Amino acid sequence: MTTDSTYGQVLTLPRRRPSTPPEPGVLAAHAPLTDVFPGAFATAPASAFVLSLLPRGKGPVLWVQDFLSRRENGAPYTPSLRGFGLEQPVLLVTVSHPRDVLWTMEEGAACAGLSAVIGEVHGGPEVLDFTATKRLSLRAEASNVPLYLIRSGDPGGLSAARMRWRISSLPSQAHPYDAQAPGAARWDLELFRARGHAPGRWVAAHDPDKGQSPRAADRLRLVPYADYGAVAPGDRPIPQRSGG
Amino acid sequence: MLTMERWRRVIAQYRSVPGDEVPVILSRDGTHGPVVHGLSAAATMRGIKAGARVVDVQAIHPDLHVEPADLEGDEALIQRLVHWARRWCPWTARDQDHGLLLDVTGCTHLFGGEAAMLRDIRSRFALQGLTARVAMAPTPGAAQALARFGSGAQICGTEDVSAALAPLPVAALRLDTQTTRLLDRLGLKTIGALSDLSRAALMRRFASLKPDRNPLILLDKALGKAPDPLNAPPDHRHFITRSRLPEPVIDPAPHLPALVEDLCTLLARAELGARRLRLTIYRIDGDWRALGVATARASRDPAHLRRLFDGKLENIDSGFGFDLLTLEATDSEPLPLMQDHLDGKRDPSADVAGLLDRLAAKLGADKVNWPQWRETHKPERVEQRVDALHGTPTAAPALLRDRPLRLLTPPEEVRVIYAVPEGPPSQFNWRRVTYKTTRHTGPERIAPEWWRDRPGTRLRDYYKVEVEGGQRFWLYREGVIYDGRGAEPRWFLHGLFA
Repeated sequence: MTTDSTYGQVLTLPRRRPSTPPEPGVLAAHAPLTDVFPGAFATAPASAFVLSLLPRGKGPVLWVQDFLSRRENGAPYTPSLRGFGLEQPVLLVTVSHPRDVLWTMEEGAACAGLSAVIGEVHGGPEVLDFTATKRLSLRAEASNVPLYLIRSGDPGGLSAARMRWRISSLPSQAHPYDAQAPGAARWDLELFRARGHAPGRWVAAHDPDKGQSPRAADRLRLVPYADYGAVAPGDRPIPQRSGG
Repeated sequence: MLTMERWRRVIAQYRSVPGDEVPVILSRDGTHGPVVHGLSAAATMRGIKAGARVVDVQAIHPDLHVEPADLEGDEALIQRLVHWARRWCPWTARDQDHGLLLDVTGCTHLFGGEAAMLRDIRSRFALQGLTARVAMAPTPGAAQALARFGSGAQICGTEDVSAALAPLPVAALRLDTQTTRLLDRLGLKTIGALSDLSRAALMRRFASLKPDRNPLILLDKALGKAPDPLNAPPDHRHFITRSRLPEPVIDPAPHLPALVEDLCTLLARAELGARRLRLTIYRIDGDWRALGVATARASRDPAHLRRLFDGKLENIDSGFGFDLLTLEATDSEPLPLMQDHLDGKRDPSADVAGLLDRLAAKLGADKVNWPQWRETHKPERVEQRVDALHGTPTAAPALLRDRPLRLLTPPEEVRVIYAVPEGPPSQFNWRRVTYKTTRHTGPERIAPEWWRDRPGTRLRDYYKVEVEGGQRFWLYREGVIYDGRGAEPRWFLHGLFA
């Protein structure tokens, strides 16, 4: 806002930042390697987001995790994976060193029988540098198996990933029947680097009714973050009901 | 005899063996409790009989040392001995009651005659720590009778079979106990007495008995009047390739491709694929080292099998070098010839099986798992991980309850402020951060599974809570205050919701 100093008259009003429209192309874009950076204890939202992105197919999904990540963020609980529309079997690999995570992901990327590879590394280890991500990216490009890297506790350095996301939790939607209960999950999703797409920030939610839909854009609902305040329910803490 | 000797050798590896003067019996499960299966020499001296009930024997001999018998182990040993005995002749078979039958027709001259062969057999069994009772006769029935009831290392020609068998008890024909007792009552105690009777009378008396229990038929077989062929099991097929080197070397890697190629040719000829491979190096200091890999499904692809050894050959300790290395398919399965796709595409499931092999070979078979699910209430027991090499993935169950996407194993203890005794958590401290809950659902009470849990296990009340930052956690309170199963209940954080 600028004002004329002599008259105190308003000359121009600040331009309101346009809200980023939800770009369906963002979710449909094919990236050989996708980086997902979860915020504090947001590995579960990150996993849910990756699960919503996964291509639906017949081949198994390779899920590899290093020991530190398993201790910090827990292991994926396979009975609940179906809730995110994952029908294919999951091959679980737990290794002791991030180096082995990268090796396993590379082996998985070379195997055309898999439908996707998910890797989890905690703490931004040195082996996970630009060269390593470039290798993964090239392998994935050759075999057409998408790779997803969940990097928790990582400030995020250089990476050859085509899409880099940041995700953290948001207060959930209102529960339809119980005002005290948490409802459907919502996440603060930020695309901060992507090839061929403008960065953006959205409020994302998984649509359980369309979990089987072949398009990732159907499985995830994106709302521009700038409009978030308008749609957020009252976040005021609700007085505790005394139990018993 | 074999049971006892094998037991002594096995037990000597773990603890001290009781001395020869101690009466030892090995027991197996009978219809009415344990019965005597094997006896030591001292126990035999006291007049204990195999088949007697252990409680009866213990009542008479309180100082008896009773141990369980390992029936499967004994059987496995006998099966191995059947094949090992083919060092003397090509036809060997298993006989009942820990017996081996060898058809040595035309083989005795290789060992310097019949007597020398029997000596050789006895001494080689003695080297293994086993006592063998041997006899040689023209028919299997006569040979086993002479070995079990004869005077030891008897050699019986074609003409004197009936003379050699005549003094033996009728039990030597392998009759069942009822028939033996009946013959005993009739005064027919020896085989000679039995064969003196008229055939018509014997046939009439025992017409109802089956051929393998019928005294007349068994007598005919033993005397060579009826055919009694030996049914020898086929030889184990060994798929092994060797590479002898003129000079000792340190690195096995350059010799591996040729070995794998040769092994795959052998397997292809037999239409088999390897499930397990073992590479053995024989070092010049007389020691050897072995390296094993396994595959998820049968394979005879040389490039694939060779890759399984990648990164493992460096760790093998060659010492001062080795001059012989062998590659053996220790486990193989039928693998028919397959036509590849005409468009050059590969079978996706074969790709995944190859990936499993490589992952398991490098990371260890226990690190690569398929999840399987069980019907249980405890959340951490629902999922069970099985080795991907040997298991198969199962279909996921449909969840009836809201469950977290990630589970902490083990659950982490948190300090919680809650309305005692059974209120929901209002604030908790996890990993040194305090969280204030804004919303919650629960409790969902999961009772201990009394058929599986230890007694005294406390129930769990699960809450799904959302905190001020928006994260959703799965907490549980273990037990209720004053439930008589411990002090104040503790709280644990078990999972993270999406």
